[in-house]
Amino acid sequence: MTETPQDRAGTPVDTVEQPEISPADEAAVHAAVEQALAAFAAAADLDELKAARLAHTGEKAPLTLANRGIGQLPKDQKAVAGKLMGGARKSMERALAARTEVLEAEHAARMLVEETVDVTTAVRRRRVGARHPLSVLQERVSDIFIGMGWEIAEGPELESEWYNFDALNFKPDHPAREMQDTFFVDPAESHLLLRTQTSPVQMRAMLERGVPVYVLSPGRTFRTDELDATHTPVFHQFEGLAVDKGLTMADLRGTLEYFARQMFGPEATIRLRSNFFPFTEPSAEMDIWHPGAKGGPQWIEWGGCGMVHPNVLRAAGLDPEVYSGFAFGMGVERTLMFRNEVLDMRDMIEGDVRFSQHFGMEI
Amino acid sequence: MRIPLSWLREYVPVPADATAEDVMADLVRVGFEEEDVHRPLDELSGPLVVGEVLEMVPEPQKNGKTINWCQVRVVPEGQEQTLSGEGIDPSGVQGIVCGAHNFQVGDKVVVTLPGAVLPGDFRITPRQTYGHLSAGMIASARELGLGEDHEGIIVLSSLGFSPENGNDPEPGTDVYDLLHLRDEAAEINVTADRSYAFSIRGVGREYAHATGLPFTDPASLVTAPEPNGQGHPVRLEDEHPIYGVPGCDRFVTRTVTGLDPSRPTPPWMAQRLRLAGMRSISLAVDISNYVMWELGQPLHFYDAAKLQGPIVVRRSAEGEALTTLDGKSRTLSAEDLLITDDRGPIGLAGVMGGGETEVSESTTTIVIESAHFDPVSMGRTRRRHRLPSEASKRNERGVDWEIADEAAERAVQLLVQLAGGTADAGITEVGTRPEPSVIELPASYPVARMGIEYTEDQIETTLRDLGATVARGTAPEAGHHDAGPAGTVFTVTAPTWRHDLEIRDDLVEEIARLIGYDQIPSTLPVAPPGRGLTREQAARRRVVQGLADAGMTEVLAYPFVTEAQNCFFGSATEDEGAAQRMVHLANPISAEFGYLRTSLLPGLLDIARRNHSRGFRNLALYESGLVFLPGEQLGSATIPPLGARPAEEVLADLEAGIPDQPRHLAAVLTGHDSAPGAGHQPRTYDWQDALGAALDAAAILGVDLRVVQGSHQAFHPGRTAELRLTGSGDPVDGPVIGVAGELLPSWLEDADLPARTVAMELDLDALIAAAADVVVARPMSTFPLTSQDVALVVADDVVAGDVLETLREGAGELLEDISLFDVYAGPGVEDGRQSLAFSLRFRAPDRTLTADEASAARAAATDLAARRHGAVQR
Repeated sequence: MTETPQDRAGTPVDTVEQPEISPADEAAVHAAVEQALAAFAAAADLDELKAARLAHTGEKAPLTLANRGIGQLPKDQKAVAGKLMGGARKSMERALAARTEVLEAEHAARMLVEETVDVTTAVRRRRVGARHPLSVLQERVSDIFIGMGWEIAEGPELESEWYNFDALNFKPDHPAREMQDTFFVDPAESHLLLRTQTSPVQMRAMLERGVPVYVLSPGRTFRTDELDATHTPVFHQFEGLAVDKGLTMADLRGTLEYFARQMFGPEATIRLRSNFFPFTEPSAEMDIWHPGAKGGPQWIEWGGCGMVHPNVLRAAGLDPEVYSGFAFGMGVERTLMFRNEVLDMRDMIEGDVRFSQHFGMEI
Repeated sequence: MRIPLSWLREYVPVPADATAEDVMADLVRVGFEEEDVHRPLDELSGPLVVGEVLEMVPEPQKNGKTINWCQVRVVPEGQEQTLSGEGIDPSGVQGIVCGAHNFQVGDKVVVTLPGAVLPGDFRITPRQTYGHLSAGMIASARELGLGEDHEGIIVLSSLGFSPENGNDPEPGTDVYDLLHLRDEAAEINVTADRSYAFSIRGVGREYAHATGLPFTDPASLVTAPEPNGQGHPVRLEDEHPIYGVPGCDRFVTRTVTGLDPSRPTPPWMAQRLRLAGMRSISLAVDISNYVMWELGQPLHFYDAAKLQGPIVVRRSAEGEALTTLDGKSRTLSAEDLLITDDRGPIGLAGVMGGGETEVSESTTTIVIESAHFDPVSMGRTRRRHRLPSEASKRNERGVDWEIADEAAERAVQLLVQLAGGTADAGITEVGTRPEPSVIELPASYPVARMGIEYTEDQIETTLRDLGATVARGTAPEAGHHDAGPAGTVFTVTAPTWRHDLEIRDDLVEEIARLIGYDQIPSTLPVAPPGRGLTREQAARRRVVQGLADAGMTEVLAYPFVTEAQNCFFGSATEDEGAAQRMVHLANPISAEFGYLRTSLLPGLLDIARRNHSRGFRNLALYESGLVFLPGEQLGSATIPPLGARPAEEVLADLEAGIPDQPRHLAAVLTGHDSAPGAGHQPRTYDWQDALGAALDAAAILGVDLRVVQGSHQAFHPGRTAELRLTGSGDPVDGPVIGVAGELLPSWLEDADLPARTVAMELDLDALIAAAADVVVARPMSTFPLTSQDVALVVADDVVAGDVLETLREGAGELLEDISLFDVYAGPGVEDGRQSLAFSLRFRAPDRTLTADEASAARAAATDLAARRHGAVQR
């Protein structure tokens, strides 16, 4: 009980006290072999086995010494003794190998038990990051349109007044300019502003790409609203524009319906109601039938759309007699709010890490 | 716009059982948005009857007040009470305590009997008070929710109910009907283009469109007499029209004399105005508002006795002043259109009148102004003086120029009928009315735009329903793209109240709207084959996603910062001087945060602070967004007109004036890389994590960044890495595209942020531009690797990265890779020096290297390091 394997292995007392054996003494050799086999069998673990091996097969073990003594035997005894010792060595090696295998298996099994951990205590983990849902949603929408052969167009957030208003047929003194409370750059004579809509990209897309053009422009927009549960001065829109020969409002409807189904499932559909925007004529407000809405399926105001106003086409140098087009725009925040039941606008813009992390990669 | 249903019913036979909700739903179908319902009965119920005061006994109280103990008959004389319930006296006479004193025995009053419920859930029950059982209440206008007036209880004679007027209601008469309390109003939102819908006339027509019910134009019920030049004289003298449009192109004056100023506004009119959202003020003012609401024509009434000489409509001289009706003195601008008389300005035309000529309690003769003004001029004056009014709302959106005389006539009729006046025969009218727009509409055009096969009859009928004049013709030839072969062309004269109908597309919308947007079919157009995301868009997505995959959380900060934040953080790539130039907003939400960011870091750090204060101490945040870096030219002096493509040089000038807005990528890290726990010591984020985030972003794009010891005033002076692009040949002088490191400790403390917060920012656009278009594959040698280590002692101000680059250069082509594995200073190394240990990996593409070859390469490397950095092998 008090004797450790190290003690046994490190202190070869046994070997010292072993009586000397003659290699010709068959009985003594057999007895020593039996003793060795018994010691191997008695070894409870690999350390004890190692000690037993050293004691019985080591440099100073009686049988090892006896083996060296073969040379001093008379010639006629050498062969017999050699055979005797060879047999003794073989049987010890066999026994040792067998015991080793058993003890190693036992050891391995014991280690597996001893290494048991409480898996519920795990704490060490690489932190999982998260995209912002507003970004992911813009990518999702972009991918739907890319799948239809459209391309993604972008433009500056700080824009020239011309792109944001005049090019889009906002007359200089029309009340419509006031519908969109605009951040202007100081001084006012610079005619720069933070775009109030993603629509300036329409004009850039037409000017840069020519026709036919089918583009979606997601991006940031700005209006001078104070932040509260339903308003934010900085928000996101995505805006679609198609200009080609012979496009009709039926094409607009078809495009929006396809998009709605991709976003909200096969039951989703849209409804158009007349509205006013300077850059489209006819114009419409678009409602979406949201089957999964909280509180039951219902119509939800989603955005504005219409046929591109001839003055907008002219501003891009296009002949409205030849080309027609449609455009639509929706709020990304609004879409996220009703799609994912976000109740407070502030949750989306304050940057609280819980908001993004909760979404993971869903959208 | 609020529409009292009783008012609408005068011109369209609205079904008797229709509610305000029903009317609103119908109006939504033709393109209005629903806003609200206003219905007195939602807050008012139970018995409300006319009572006759039989007795009133004043009883002074200990508290100094005197109450009246009244006996009020609430059934016709000689009849018994038919109502029953607690507190209802079968005799038909109620005992009521009343605190008001503005009535006397014999007056007819409004009695709320026990069981009635008044606004604010005020339930009338018999109650013991001042020593009496008071069974009911004599009501004031405020208690009934009919206004703020609390001068006492309602005495019906003051509302015009009297034997002399032949409308003396008997006790017990239902007050709901008497005061028109069963009426209700629908409120809709009217879009900016549809000025005509700011009138019962306009909404009535739309309601008829929506329901198919017949519509009677209220204007058609009034016949204005011909002008004779005998009314109050007017001269139009606008010498500075805006955009060449005269400020006033039609001005009608009528005069009504002999008015009885004591006449009250009849309850039907007062209640309609109240439901429409206007306070009842005096009979004359109420009549002008009533006509405006009904016909959409703002009117102004002058007290004829206060007018001095003819009315002159002209632009203001700079610096002229006027005290408007609201009592405010206003300095006028040269662009303001004024109504003047001999004394000077007496009103801001179409926006607000002046105090000096105002109609008062003593006015007996009124001059009516009914005029048509230029919407642009009206809008500018309203904005300049911040004077939104019901009149300016209509005038700046555009009023029907044909209705001025009919509206004046309607006002004359009401002043005669209700105020006892006499119409003066004089009628003045000056000005030249605009021409209505005439639009050619090929019958095929609405079909081509909407994708609906409208018939020609449908188109013609719809346009006529709008009030347009329609003539059918045939296109002379098939030259017109959309007209098709010699099809029908309609010549459409837009109604004078529809200023929004200017081009044929406007007519298409009207046709589509009235026939129904629900008729639009659905077809999916096929776009030409697309190119997918651009290289930049795809690259940006990979980087932004990659940082999330690396454990960071994306946030989106506002771009509004303070001047000090911009000055301190500069931008990731520009020197401090350039970053001082920044965009200032003219009308920021907060004056302090009135600048656009030149760096993403201020916003990101604000978000870090917010998260920290909410208890999240371990943060790895990042943002990809635009920064605003103005150059020499800020904006453009002139803006090209709408409806035409600007010349290339004009577009180029616009573009040159728009500040650079590169997309940056920034990250902020603070706290630990993971949560602490049993047996786990989390690692604290340090400068290397900030640098790592930047290098990760570059690695995702396959771009090598050179890390150089740098400096930036927002960062720790000893822990700042400057990030440069490589590839220019010079290892150090590639363009700077970012910065990374530990933020300045003293600033972090002042900013209430955790110590040792680290950050990085780089120009993502520049990084993406530096990425190879096509990566050329490198052959991979399968010959054995030979590793050699070397320790070099250099001065401690020598930067390890420089030594590493030198070794790389010196080792030549056989060097496959090199890394720094130890930095040591201490015993065995002289003071002021450090030992840098590098591991060099050699491999040849075509053979097994010998130890000698590798050693020779190593020696070449260390020789170069010795020459360049004074490095000594240890």
